[in-house]
Amino acid sequence: MKYLLQRLAFYLVTAWAAITINFLIPRMMPGDPVQALLARFQGRLDTGAVDSLKALFGLDEQQSLWQQYTDYWSHLLDGDLGLSFTFFPTPVSEVIAQSLPWTLALVGITTLISFLLGTGIGVFTGWRRGSWMDSLLPVTTFISAIPYFWLGLIAIALFAVKWPLFPAAGGYDSSLVPAFDWPFVSSALYHGALPGLTIVLSAVAGWILGMRNMMVTVSSEDYVMVAQAKGLSERRVMFGYAARNAILPNISGFALSLGFIVGGTLLVEMVFSYPGIGYQLFQAVGAKDYPLMQGVFLIITLSVLAANLLADVLYMVLDPRTRREA
Amino acid sequence: MATTATEAAVTGPAGTDDPAGTRARSRRGMRLLRGRKTVIGLGILAFFVVIAVVGPWIAPYDPDTMSDQLLQPPSGAHWFGTTQTGQDVLSQILVGTRGVLVVGFVAGILATVLSVVIGVSAGFLGGTADELLSLLSNVFLVIPGLPLIIIIASFVSDAGDILIAAVIALTSWAWGARVLRAQTLSLRRRDYVEAARATGESTWRIIFFEVLPNLTAVIASGFVSTVIFAILSEITLAFIGVADISDWNWGTVLFWAQSNQALAQGAWWWFVPAGLCIALLGMSLALINFGIDEFVNPRLRTETGASRKVRMRVGFTPVTRASAARGTDDRETGS
Amino acid sequence: MSGNEAVLTVRGLNVDYGTGDGAVHALRDVDLTLHRGEVLGLAGESGCGKSTLAYAVTRLLPPPGVITGGEVHYHRQGGGALDLLALSAAELRAFRWQELSIVFQGAMNSLNPVHTVHSQLTDVLRAHRPELKRPERTARARELLELVGISADRLPAYPHQLSGGMRQRVMIAMALALEPEIVIMDEPTTALDVVMQRQILRQLVRLREELGFSVVFITHDISLLIEFSDRIAIMYGGRIVEEAAASSIYRDPRHPYSDGLLHSFPALHGARRELTGIPGSPPHLSAMPAGCAFHPRCGRALDVCATHVPVLAAPDDADPRTVACWLHGQAPAMTSRS
Repeated sequence: MKYLLQRLAFYLVTAWAAITINFLIPRMMPGDPVQALLARFQGRLDTGAVDSLKALFGLDEQQSLWQQYTDYWSHLLDGDLGLSFTFFPTPVSEVIAQSLPWTLALVGITTLISFLLGTGIGVFTGWRRGSWMDSLLPVTTFISAIPYFWLGLIAIALFAVKWPLFPAAGGYDSSLVPAFDWPFVSSALYHGALPGLTIVLSAVAGWILGMRNMMVTVSSEDYVMVAQAKGLSERRVMFGYAARNAILPNISGFALSLGFIVGGTLLVEMVFSYPGIGYQLFQAVGAKDYPLMQGVFLIITLSVLAANLLADVLYMVLDPRTRREA
Repeated sequence: MATTATEAAVTGPAGTDDPAGTRARSRRGMRLLRGRKTVIGLGILAFFVVIAVVGPWIAPYDPDTMSDQLLQPPSGAHWFGTTQTGQDVLSQILVGTRGVLVVGFVAGILATVLSVVIGVSAGFLGGTADELLSLLSNVFLVIPGLPLIIIIASFVSDAGDILIAAVIALTSWAWGARVLRAQTLSLRRRDYVEAARATGESTWRIIFFEVLPNLTAVIASGFVSTVIFAILSEITLAFIGVADISDWNWGTVLFWAQSNQALAQGAWWWFVPAGLCIALLGMSLALINFGIDEFVNPRLRTETGASRKVRMRVGFTPVTRASAARGTDDRETGS
Repeated sequence: MSGNEAVLTVRGLNVDYGTGDGAVHALRDVDLTLHRGEVLGLAGESGCGKSTLAYAVTRLLPPPGVITGGEVHYHRQGGGALDLLALSAAELRAFRWQELSIVFQGAMNSLNPVHTVHSQLTDVLRAHRPELKRPERTARARELLELVGISADRLPAYPHQLSGGMRQRVMIAMALALEPEIVIMDEPTTALDVVMQRQILRQLVRLREELGFSVVFITHDISLLIEFSDRIAIMYGGRIVEEAAASSIYRDPRHPYSDGLLHSFPALHGARRELTGIPGSPPHLSAMPAGCAFHPRCGRALDVCATHVPVLAAPDDADPRTVACWLHGQAPAMTSRS
């Protein structure tokens, strides 16, 4: 329990740091890009929206930095992230609320699949060293060096343009109305297949390499030799002793590399015009929509923190040493 | 320098009181270079470095010059084909190599300096300073880097290479700092460091002459990883149009290809070469890193001598005696 | 107490680390016999090959270890020998722990940190005694813990919740789970304090008298060996250099290295000896001196020592002991160098 509370405190500190960074970035940058945008949208914004944008981006020069900071927090706590310029006049929070489920589904499912698949393959390659599977390693190295988005481009070129098996863009058939029924869900799965495969293919290599190296390291631990000396079945030694211990650092690694993976998957969304927050970020960058960009950054950070917390809970379940009685 | 790092990384008493230590060490230094992976990695990297230097001179065309050869597939005149406006893709790649490597290495150097300063200080100072610095690096480790880079870069209107490199460095030093802190902590407890402290050597002297030389392998591997991350981030920024798209690099090539519907037009030559270059460069750096890892932790090696004849297997030592007669007597062993 | 019936015989065992040109010879032509019911001590400085020998016999030597020659036979009580080096993986699995178990050095790392003591004591029963039901396995695990003086309510504990001494006792309990014929103890007490060491070793002696297994006891602490073992084999540079009854080694070591080793540790009983130690340090396996591996450190080296490897042979007919040293063999007549 103590372990979990410690982690929780750490994530709160991290969330605070991320929000503060978000607060400082526009205030530290030269020029006033948001001011320019405000001028462009002059007359189309009501006073409330102007006020919240001023609070979020520090345009009110009468206020001290501290006042700006408390103002900023009070807007955030109200769930007010300002108005999006790209989807004017939709609030940023609404744009994000619409796109977040798509990202959570795509990234969540593919990350889980690639973690399980990569860890599984890594267990076998690490255990059976010197077998034919070692020859897979250079291939995985090459694949893991390919940027996600470029693999996405190739996937589109091959499987959407050359052989039109999958749609090249979108999250569902645009003739359908989003609803939780079979035509819509199947269309969403069909559209998600190619981006999903791209993410799995590029992410799985890293897990294979990480788990292989952990298996190799753990295989020379004393307790694995004891298990062999005890004459236990190969399955028991490999899973109950070697893999069971090797997976622990891999789970910590999972938590730490999540930020990196999310970065990559955002790019895949951009390439596939997938209606998640990565694509929104792409559009926001193109339109210089700073409120949306910052909102997306906050949401991504908070989601990564939540996923980290889940990984910590899993780690606690798997490692008795973190479960010290209070 | 790389040769001295092994003792730090190879944990355990072996090596510390090894009489043949110095000889063994220089032999192992050679082994890093003899590893197939490292040699291939260094070779590919050297190739790209040469291109980065001479690229603009050997490029057959001006990468910006348009021609009437619109969207031509690869030919003798245009090895990598042409763009929609008749620009030569090969020239764009050749000219763009420099930007990629400059940003990669500048970001790598900056991030490495940051991670060494923060990681080694945290590990060496201990106490509250350590806790604060560790907290700082853990926070930066968890915050997703790429979105942060995108936001910072897009607030700056005309982000040049060096600025992009600095932003990337600012978001990618944390991993190295964490690893270095752990290594420094274990080094600090070693006998020779304790001895240096006891004899009253200054902290800075100990850090520079006793600790840092033993961290070389870890620092090198952190540097290479950061360069990989920086190159990928920079290309990503160019690809989504955040970085200055008037500077050529492989990401800009992909940006123009994407925004001109190269995919839909089947112009594979427009985006395949840039991607392959990224993958090749990334792989060469990853191979160098594997070389360093295996050098530090020999257990990870995939090539274990002449393993074609003898298969090593955990828990079942191979027997290669000349007349390996099968067990003669009773087979059943359960009593 | 030790009959002359052999339970384990090792003949001409050779072990290399690595293959091809880079191979390092870790064991050379090792001959050793373990008799039923005896405690055989293996002594030597670190790197002399004593642990390599123990693990090679059970084929547990981790990569890149390779057994390149020799024979290891296990002799059953009713007669009939089993060639351990020719067993298939499945046969080896069935043999292990059933007939020969090991107490490993480093109690801290020998237990799997993520499984309970219960799970680690019973998985060996599940593998070798599939006929036992779950409650029977648990009952056996309780019995085993109590055998080594640990309360049975520690069964659900994880290794990190036990002290170092307790962990080592759990390892001993585990080694006795199937009542094997042979128990190899590889530095079983080095990680423990002196009081705990003696306590555990006394307990072992008691258990051996009760259960009647044979022990191979490996340690660099020769004074412990003299106290607890019947016979002692001393290793240097991958070879056995002397083998004799514990009392003979103590009273009258023949090999200069045994002599040096005895003088490196304070004796527990009897007259105080002067502690002299041995000058220099053991050779690296990859740079083994020619001739007798010990000659560069030996104060009594002859010219022949630098060129010819002495063979293990009986120095005189009276005593059933062997030594590999030109000072005691049919050495060519040569004068001492000094």
